Amino acid sequence: MSLSNERKRFLEETCLGLRRDLIKLLFGIQTGHPGGSLSSTEIMTTLYFEKLRVDPKNPKDPNRDRFILGKGHAAPMLYMILAARGFFPQDDLVTLRQLDSHLQGHPCAKKTCGVELSTGPLGLGLPAGLGMAMAAKLDGHDYRTVVLMGDGELQEGIVWEAAMSASKFAADNLLVIVDNNGVQLDGTVSEIMPMGDIPAKWRSFGWNVIEIDGHCVEAIADAVDLAATVKGVPTVIVAKTVKGKGVSFMEGKSAWHGKPIGKEEYANAMKELGVTV
Amino acid sequence: MSTIMTNTKRAIRDVYGETLAQLGRENPDIVALDADVGSSSKSIVFGKEFPKRYYNVGVAEANMVAMAAGLATAGKIPFANTFAAFMVLRAADPVRSLIAYTGLNVKLAGTYAGLSDSYDGASHHAIADIAFMRALPNMTVVSVSDPVEAELATRAVAAYKGPVYLRLSRAEVPVILDKASYNFEIGKGVTLVEGKDLTIVATGYMLIKALEAAEILAKRGIQARVVNIHTIKPIDAALLIRCAQETGAVVTAEEHNVYGGLGSAVAEVLTRQCPVPMEFVGIEDTFTESGDYEKLLAKYGLSAAHIVSKAELALRRKG
Repeated sequence: MSLSNERKRFLEETCLGLRRDLIKLLFGIQTGHPGGSLSSTEIMTTLYFEKLRVDPKNPKDPNRDRFILGKGHAAPMLYMILAARGFFPQDDLVTLRQLDSHLQGHPCAKKTCGVELSTGPLGLGLPAGLGMAMAAKLDGHDYRTVVLMGDGELQEGIVWEAAMSASKFAADNLLVIVDNNGVQLDGTVSEIMPMGDIPAKWRSFGWNVIEIDGHCVEAIADAVDLAATVKGVPTVIVAKTVKGKGVSFMEGKSAWHGKPIGKEEYANAMKELGVTV
Repeated sequence: MSTIMTNTKRAIRDVYGETLAQLGRENPDIVALDADVGSSSKSIVFGKEFPKRYYNVGVAEANMVAMAAGLATAGKIPFANTFAAFMVLRAADPVRSLIAYTGLNVKLAGTYAGLSDSYDGASHHAIADIAFMRALPNMTVVSVSDPVEAELATRAVAAYKGPVYLRLSRAEVPVILDKASYNFEIGKGVTLVEGKDLTIVATGYMLIKALEAAEILAKRGIQARVVNIHTIKPIDAALLIRCAQETGAVVTAEEHNVYGGLGSAVAEVLTRQCPVPMEFVGIEDTFTESGDYEKLLAKYGLSAAHIVSKAELALRRKG
């Protein structure tokens, strides 16, 4: 176990706080994607508060770890975490998706400090991450590149182009985490385009596969550490998650992929997260 | 004048491959990618010398371009290579969403542009690539005319900071530019022949056709100015306006659809700043076919004779 009880508690409390702030933020601006942000909260929090070697005071350090949000629609959670880590002021968050803001609807590397790659069109994060991993090898840097992807995103053909390339180029400094929440925009993944045995698909492309509960911060931390010990092949962590996690009426519902939050829904959601509004 | 008509022919792609390898020797940050056409694009010349800096991703153009984007974020200068048709069609998403959007320093080398892969037919001809690349904010578009320019342009593109589409031909073409005196600067058009009656603005292999057309016109007592626009974006507006003012008529010539390419770019400048009679030589919005390169060009309106007749038309409209 790589986490002390104290760190585990800290991460869990951070996740709860982030969920509250997310609901408040998205209710306030009446736009943005709650579902995918909530399913990836523990994954991104554990990475940014525990595992990634990043420094907000030196955001362009050549040997920093790279995190890519392949599923760019989870941008609100990424922004909240980057702000919490000090990459930009937390007061900026309310400008999300508004004119003149540096916080675009989907991540823009040119505008937002700490965003490594502009994403949104699905499937592009992994091949770009592979490019970053290859650059690390050329330069003799030991940084890692971590790409967080959605399970719906796996339907993009380019993902498998990149998966075979990462194998060929032995990108053991590349880590993919699949936020396997089982729901995409139009419905459940099994209804829209069944992905079958996701771990088996990655294995057949030559990847090392680790399967975990994507809401357990300890499991995430352990898997990220374990992946670093595997040499010669890239690793994918398939993280079982729940879309909309933490807000019961959003859980598992494709409707909450990207829908504005009503007043009553806001109050109910906050109540579930332990806050009366 | 920087033109010399020679009988020396060289394939543009060979010059490109050798120049890329030479750049690799000079700068360790240069890397190259290919999508299983390295022996066609000639990126293989680089790949053989620098196997650790060469990524052949197989038949996966979008993946190649997205990887190039990742390499560029870490300070590499990636040259991504595939056929021009596939660079814009298969890889359009990463070209736009990763490279142009963020302004990443990736060089997109589209070989076999225009009809130069003549026998492979319309599926492999690139006649809409300039239109697509030019419509992307942050993208610079460079088009190569002869073997001398192939080397100079590749060098300039490598030295330039930012995304560039480098349009290359498969064809073996005559050397027409004098390397000793030719000055290649991104964004600067070059006047190769002076003339006062009209201006022929050409790019790529159509430059040599424009020079031939100017000779034919000269025999008819018409002094045509010939301008090489190798950088289609950002276009040399000042030079174009001066030419329109001084000669009063313009004909554009390109190996591309008449919609969205060089002709459109020139018209966008002149309509606003110095409208003069204009004619367009290009493919008339049709799909092409297989065949011998020169015969194909002639059939689809891309010959010196076509430039001459469009020039005469523009002159009549000029009055």
